[in-house]
Amino acid sequence: MKFKKKQRTHLRRGLTLIWRSIRIRPGSHAIAITGACLFSLAAVALTRVLGYATDDVIIPALDEDAVSNRAIWIALSLIVGVGLIRGLGAFLRRYFLAGARYGTELVWRRQLFNQYLNLPMTFHRSRSAGELLAHADNDMMIASLALMPFAFTVGTFFLAIIALINLLLIHPLIALMALVLFPLLAGMNQVYSRKIVAPASAVQEAVGNTSALVHESFDGIMVVKSLGRSEQEIERIRESANQIRDHRIDVGRLRAIFEPAIFALPNIGVIFLLMVGTWLVDQGSLSIGELVSAIALFGILAFPMRIAGIFFEELPRSVVALDRIDRILELESSPPQSVGENVIDTSSVSLSIQGLQVHHDDHLILDSVNFEVDPGEIVAIVGPTGVGKSTIADLIAGLQEPTNGRILIDGVPLNSLNAQARKKCIAVAFQESFLFADTIRENIALGRSYDDTEVVEALKVAQAFEFIQELPNGIHSVLGERGVTLSGGQRQRITLARALVGSPKLLFLDDSTSSVDPLIEKKILGNLRQTANVTLLIVAHRLSTIKLADRIVFLNERNVEGVGTHEEMMHLPTYASLVKAYDNTGSTL
Amino acid sequence: MKSERPVHQSTRGEIGHEPPVVDLLDDETQDQRTAALTVLRRGLEVSPELRSGAAITVAMALIVASGSLAIPILIQQILDKGLNSSGGLDSGFIYSSCIIALLIISFVIIAQRATYNRLVKVAETTILELRIRVFSHLQRLSLADHLEARKGILTARVTSDIETLSQFAQWGAIAWVVDSVIIVGTLTVMAIYSWQLTLVVIAIYIPIVPILKAIQRQQFLKYREVRDAVSETMGQVSEAVMAAPVIRSYGYQETVRAKLETANQNQFTRQIKAHKFFALLAPVMDFFSAMAIGGVIVVGSLFGPEMGLSSGEMIAFVFLTTVLIAPIWELGEVLDQTQTALAGWWKVLSVLDIPIEIEEPPNGETFPDGALDVEVQDLQFSYRTGGPVLKNINCGIPAGINVAVVGATGSGKTTFVKLLTRLADPTGGSIAISGLRLSEVDTESRHRSIQMVPQDGFLFNETIAENVAFAKSGSSPSDVEEAFHALDLRWWIETLPEGIQTQVGPRGERLSVGERQLVALARAQLANPGLLILDEATSAVDPETEVALVSALDRLSEGRTTISVAHRLSTAERADLVLVFDGGEIVESGHHLQLVDNAGVYAALFESWVGNTQ
Repeated sequence: MKFKKKQRTHLRRGLTLIWRSIRIRPGSHAIAITGACLFSLAAVALTRVLGYATDDVIIPALDEDAVSNRAIWIALSLIVGVGLIRGLGAFLRRYFLAGARYGTELVWRRQLFNQYLNLPMTFHRSRSAGELLAHADNDMMIASLALMPFAFTVGTFFLAIIALINLLLIHPLIALMALVLFPLLAGMNQVYSRKIVAPASAVQEAVGNTSALVHESFDGIMVVKSLGRSEQEIERIRESANQIRDHRIDVGRLRAIFEPAIFALPNIGVIFLLMVGTWLVDQGSLSIGELVSAIALFGILAFPMRIAGIFFEELPRSVVALDRIDRILELESSPPQSVGENVIDTSSVSLSIQGLQVHHDDHLILDSVNFEVDPGEIVAIVGPTGVGKSTIADLIAGLQEPTNGRILIDGVPLNSLNAQARKKCIAVAFQESFLFADTIRENIALGRSYDDTEVVEALKVAQAFEFIQELPNGIHSVLGERGVTLSGGQRQRITLARALVGSPKLLFLDDSTSSVDPLIEKKILGNLRQTANVTLLIVAHRLSTIKLADRIVFLNERNVEGVGTHEEMMHLPTYASLVKAYDNTGSTL
Repeated sequence: MKSERPVHQSTRGEIGHEPPVVDLLDDETQDQRTAALTVLRRGLEVSPELRSGAAITVAMALIVASGSLAIPILIQQILDKGLNSSGGLDSGFIYSSCIIALLIISFVIIAQRATYNRLVKVAETTILELRIRVFSHLQRLSLADHLEARKGILTARVTSDIETLSQFAQWGAIAWVVDSVIIVGTLTVMAIYSWQLTLVVIAIYIPIVPILKAIQRQQFLKYREVRDAVSETMGQVSEAVMAAPVIRSYGYQETVRAKLETANQNQFTRQIKAHKFFALLAPVMDFFSAMAIGGVIVVGSLFGPEMGLSSGEMIAFVFLTTVLIAPIWELGEVLDQTQTALAGWWKVLSVLDIPIEIEEPPNGETFPDGALDVEVQDLQFSYRTGGPVLKNINCGIPAGINVAVVGATGSGKTTFVKLLTRLADPTGGSIAISGLRLSEVDTESRHRSIQMVPQDGFLFNETIAENVAFAKSGSSPSDVEEAFHALDLRWWIETLPEGIQTQVGPRGERLSVGERQLVALARAQLANPGLLILDEATSAVDPETEVALVSALDRLSEGRTTISVAHRLSTAERADLVLVFDGGEIVESGHHLQLVDNAGVYAALFESWVGNTQ
């Protein structure tokens, strides 16, 4: 009972899915369904035309030698004409279904992308990139898969009704046979499809596992070879490939049971029809011609019935995939970051952090953090891994809201600033130096209206202009897979220039010079000190960086453990031991 | 998760499965349209599994195909003889032949089942063995053949190319056997009725072959464009997702939205264009089948009496013409897939032709226990393409000392240590370790006595214990614990959730780079080598792990010769001997202090570091 109910809700939700698609592309669906019905009509008509050709052309021509050329040409044009209409129907159905399916995908995908861009950062932090990509790719493909056989299924129902009426007119007993046979065929198809899901996905999984193993083995070929692990690797692959073989054989076994039977079923139906029909002819309640057309009708019903079976099997899968997409689409977009109207007009700003408390999913990250940064000061934030340094970067960038406490810029609360002023005044260079597959110029300007001179100026301060100048297209060089590849340090310097362009008054560098050569880093910070009255916060992991700062804020155990110059801070044993460890790491060659 | 549901050819398109597209043009073999027979011959040579019992398999397939052909013909015969016999309805004949038909159908179902099982078993076993053979061959290739750029292609040979074969075996190959038997059989029966009309049918169907091929070619090309468009969209989404913080804090949403929209629209346009060709197949096939039926009726009606055809024979003939349509359609669709499969098979087979460069000696020498000395003379190395990487390297490393190899990227220092572990053989000169030529040492002994700890600390996706234990066959978890203990790393193991049973994830990525090296050190400790080669991590290692690494390494190097590719000056400072590489040569060698006094390459490096940190 429960199973049946589940099936029914699946069907209802499946129909909702189709309805949503129809609302998106009503025209495409309408033409596709018209095409499918045209196809059905033509298929029935073809059996009639063949009947006509048999009775009025072939038999007179060969048995009586009395046929007019006109009748022959009429038969030919009817056959070719109906054949072309059938083809046209199939073409319309197939072509406009593509429009319906991919057009629906287009709209769903757009909605999904908008969510990806509009939802707050916490959404992205709580989901893996792979998951979000899968929604746009695989889930989308499966969600729209059921749309493909939809029009055909409608056409099949249409065909089935016409055929049934025809069969009913021929003889009710024959119609009854069709009513038993075709649902049986559809049912058998469904059982087959359902049974094959498990071994088929086992094959998929085994193929995936083997690919992963092969990748891993070639990735680690150095280790494999230098440690002589080849034999073990071959054994691992054999075991895994054996799984593929075994599961494929399982799939094959199911196919061997069902496919011959499914293909034979219509023929078996025809044979029973023949026997029953012969009996009926003997009884005198059926003519031979009627029996022949009944057989033809059985023939044209077999294939569409399979497609309809597949439609009902495909539907639940699509519903589940669309559910996954809907879960993203239903999320509420974030309110605008800043609601205030305040602007900052001083040339140099101070930063004040007061009683800051931050949670990540009920997990306390920072607790009553307080510190002050004076205008134009360079402050290094130091602390062990995972202490919440990057969280402070997120808060200042407005990517996250604190649970409690305030962040004041020149005495003005951060969230009361007007959005424009905020972006102009504050810049954060993130830990991961993400570059877009675009020109260097675009990577720095990011859609903001900065001219080439300002971009070059920022690149110079970030010590990036020299190597960019050497590229064939300078700042117009394209980065990424199909463009220039850069070293980690070079990438960091470009992301740094992105933060520097437009001379922000408060700059937060979240460990964004870690791959830059210490000598170059020193020059960059020197530039910053000279050129602007920028207030600078640096998350630092290197002694050389720490030494460049005016003061240190030492975070430990969710809290500020001390503030002062490096020399003063060395009296704190926890600080001293951490920095000593940094010292040991030394410089890189 | 692509659906692996086996679907009959003609239904695939209807339910939205895109035709399988395998890129023929992904590398050097693109124009190599090797003749089908050549591929088949070489394939049979490589896979003896295909030949065993092949005669029986083929015979069974032929029986099944004939059975499939027999059923429609039988039904037609019943109709012909039973319904149109001159005396009206011959019900006795119909009943008895219907019973016979049912028996034949049952037999065919059973035979099909057995044949199908057998075919799948043979095909999958062949594919399994081929996969292993190719993989083993790739494993034995030298490291030079495993260059980054080719890694993807090599992996594809063992995975996606082989999958193409398997998919072909699932329906393409079967379609060939069954459909060609049906086509030939039907044509034969048709020719018995009337060879003239048969020729008419063949003449009408002939143009369908080039037309189908052309449409499929276009479809193939368009689907490749679709695939490119899809990966472009995915590339844009992946940027939008990965750069989420940047996009938000710099207000870059609108530009990204516009880029996504363009990619999305482009994908849609391409998909529609590609689908047009699939849609076009239907009217083409319908036109030709209508022409064939119409042609038969016209020619038969006009000239039938002269050929001596009866109306019953004509009706039979028309029916047979309709039987012919499905297999022609299916073969048409399988044609392109066949070419793809043959090309894939050839690509897989040609892997086996790549020569193996490093030959292991059959009865090699064995290294003694304890620290090993190294003597390198006139060593040269170059990859198959490109200039020399190492030119004339000479050096002697006494047993038990600690050597640091330094130099800029591309100076040859990494290649040098690769040659010491025989990941490749030198193109000139010699390496003698403990007085034995490296190429004459037994494989086992070499692997045991020379251990390398690679830079990124690559680990296999297993537990820490398994990653360590394979250094020495038959070692137990307690041996692994012991190795960590000997390196004073027991505390680190205790910080892990499941100790040495912790899963390290793909490539060991659940551990930090430094931690992965700790595991590699423990592995080396367990192997107890006489020569230890360490490629230091370049990326930042957190301070605690760094301290652990240094002390573990100190313990590990006791009583062994250690050669480190140093990326940190602190390592060079501690070494007994520093070899400075530049442009494929050793330009300086000696102790750190000596080299600093020399005021050469090394001294300059050191100065910039000191000047910066003090």
